[in-house]
Amino acid sequence: MIGSFWAGLLSGSVHAGTPLLYATLGEAIEERAGIVNLGLEGVMLMGAVVGFSTTVQTGNAAVGVLAAALTGGVFNLIFGFLVITRQANQLASGLALMFCGVGLSALVGAPYIGSRIKGLNEVRIPLLSDLPLVGATFFHYDILVYLVVPLSILVWWVLFYTRWGLILRAVGENPTAAFAAGKDPHRVQYQALFIAGMLGGIAGAHLSLALAKTWAEWMTAGRGFIAVALVIFSKWHPLRAIAGALLFGGAIAFQLQMQARGVPVSPFLLDMLPYLLSLAVLAVWGGARRHAAPASLGRVFQGTE
Amino acid sequence: MGRIRELVRGLRTSRNGGMSGFFRFVGLFGLAFGVFAVVLLIFGKNPLKAYADIFSSTLGSAYGFSEVLVKMIPLILTAVAVAVPSRIWLINVGGEGQLYVGALFATWGALTCSNLPAWILLPWMFLLGFIGGGLWASISGVLRAKGWASETISTLLLNYVAILLVNFFVFGPWKDSESANYPQTAAFVHAAILPAFGGTRLHLGFAFAFLALILFHFVLSRTRWGLEIRAIGGNAEAARRNGIPTTRYIVLLMFIGGGVAGLAGMSEVSGIQGQLRPSLSPGYGFAGFLISWMAGGNPLGIAAAAFLLAIIASGGDILQMAHGLPGSVVNILMALILFVVLARRGWKVGGK
Repeated sequence: MIGSFWAGLLSGSVHAGTPLLYATLGEAIEERAGIVNLGLEGVMLMGAVVGFSTTVQTGNAAVGVLAAALTGGVFNLIFGFLVITRQANQLASGLALMFCGVGLSALVGAPYIGSRIKGLNEVRIPLLSDLPLVGATFFHYDILVYLVVPLSILVWWVLFYTRWGLILRAVGENPTAAFAAGKDPHRVQYQALFIAGMLGGIAGAHLSLALAKTWAEWMTAGRGFIAVALVIFSKWHPLRAIAGALLFGGAIAFQLQMQARGVPVSPFLLDMLPYLLSLAVLAVWGGARRHAAPASLGRVFQGTE
Repeated sequence: MGRIRELVRGLRTSRNGGMSGFFRFVGLFGLAFGVFAVVLLIFGKNPLKAYADIFSSTLGSAYGFSEVLVKMIPLILTAVAVAVPSRIWLINVGGEGQLYVGALFATWGALTCSNLPAWILLPWMFLLGFIGGGLWASISGVLRAKGWASETISTLLLNYVAILLVNFFVFGPWKDSESANYPQTAAFVHAAILPAFGGTRLHLGFAFAFLALILFHFVLSRTRWGLEIRAIGGNAEAARRNGIPTTRYIVLLMFIGGGVAGLAGMSEVSGIQGQLRPSLSPGYGFAGFLISWMAGGNPLGIAAAAFLLAIIASGGDILQMAHGLPGSVVNILMALILFVVLARRGWKVGGK
């Protein structure tokens, strides 16, 4: 029998891991195309605020998620313009995007602080959710949770088994060779950034619509940066990212479980867990995994002119 | 690699270009301010009134001007914290966390040694603040020197841990029992407060900031240390083969950078707040990164960019109070300024 602590921890890990996984998949696609995006935090914030405000206005969380995805994609194209077209430094551009997202989301979200929504509906899976013991724990999630694992498999398939994925990875490894082979590296990179922005937007929307069901300034609290660490942990591989997101979701869920049980440990110390876990994971695996990184990650393809 | 060198070169060409370079510079910033005006318009605010208020509340009065100088202190210090390690291409995005830990250490000094006279207590807090920020940044330095984790991501993550650490102490062991529900430490004794000039809030930390800028410039250009640092910055592999201990410099420069950011935290608690509170910094550490980046690590450029961002940061207060906008709205203006700087061609970068 599953004790209620472990049940809570497991279902909490799945819940908290879901937005991390969406964000990580997005970052993995960008980095496979040779671009590091530290602005993911800002993209997630924009997704969170647009998803929330749209849901308040329309009363429909599905419209909110859609709006969040589009906003994330378009917002990420600002970053794309800087690093692809203007060939600006990727780290500084990413941080600038983060600042922009922090400020803009605060501005958009100000009237919605304190608004209440029903949020994303729980989707019960017939039969499974009625199972004794596990049913109530594992089959009462919102639709975005159920979709994220199939999506990871889809991203893996697209990256490794389609023509587009091959071109994208070629651009990330060696843009000059891809260019010589008649591909347009910039076009593929823009496409990758738009898709990654959409995933970041969905990640933010899941935070505000399903987890918190409210909007607060800077509510992502560094999850965008944790996702960047997760990409390294998962060796730029969408399927390994599933395990990574569960582990990090577990760190967040553990802290929530401890607080819910009134364990006399300061919540602030427990809140440190996900960040410390990210660091520990980077320190143990990060150095050894550098060889797995796309070869042209962070470099600028200057074209042939 | 040549990011900062390119940037400095970019600045120089614009200076040599005389008036046209100057106008291009003004035009770039005008573009950022223009876009921000449109954003304000969209959200139903009068941008002309907002800019007029920002101007009159900062440069329009002696007190307003002194407040700009007050904001320059943490901005310059956190910018130097980025500029020092950037000399050997280390990217320190952890100024915010280092500031918090510096404030934490300095507060510990103020609370435990409150019977010391000011002339011992203040230097002791100064030292503690430096060590606190320095140790915090050294974690990332060691991780990098060992090849375990990039300092960019580790400094970013440690920001959050540092802020939580301050929250832990302020809500927990150090919470002032007198101040009912407010999460804050007991007020510092008079001896732990940095003296201020005249009737303003402009405190001695201003001297720290300019001393840090001058030392930064002097050490790099005039000492053996500076020569070795420039050698590593020029070609790390060649420097290593010539017997310069590059890994030791990685940790050392991260320590010094973090220490300077820690001073920003010390001067905030000791010069402004007079106690430790969770809302210590509205993001000075991140703004410091932008300042250093925009200035290309050049000391004069840092002072100028810090002045500009201090005006914007003070403007944030007025936008919050008089226009009912969230205080973090000024982040948009900062980001827009950085966007135009980044988008300028000719500053493109070859490598990471």
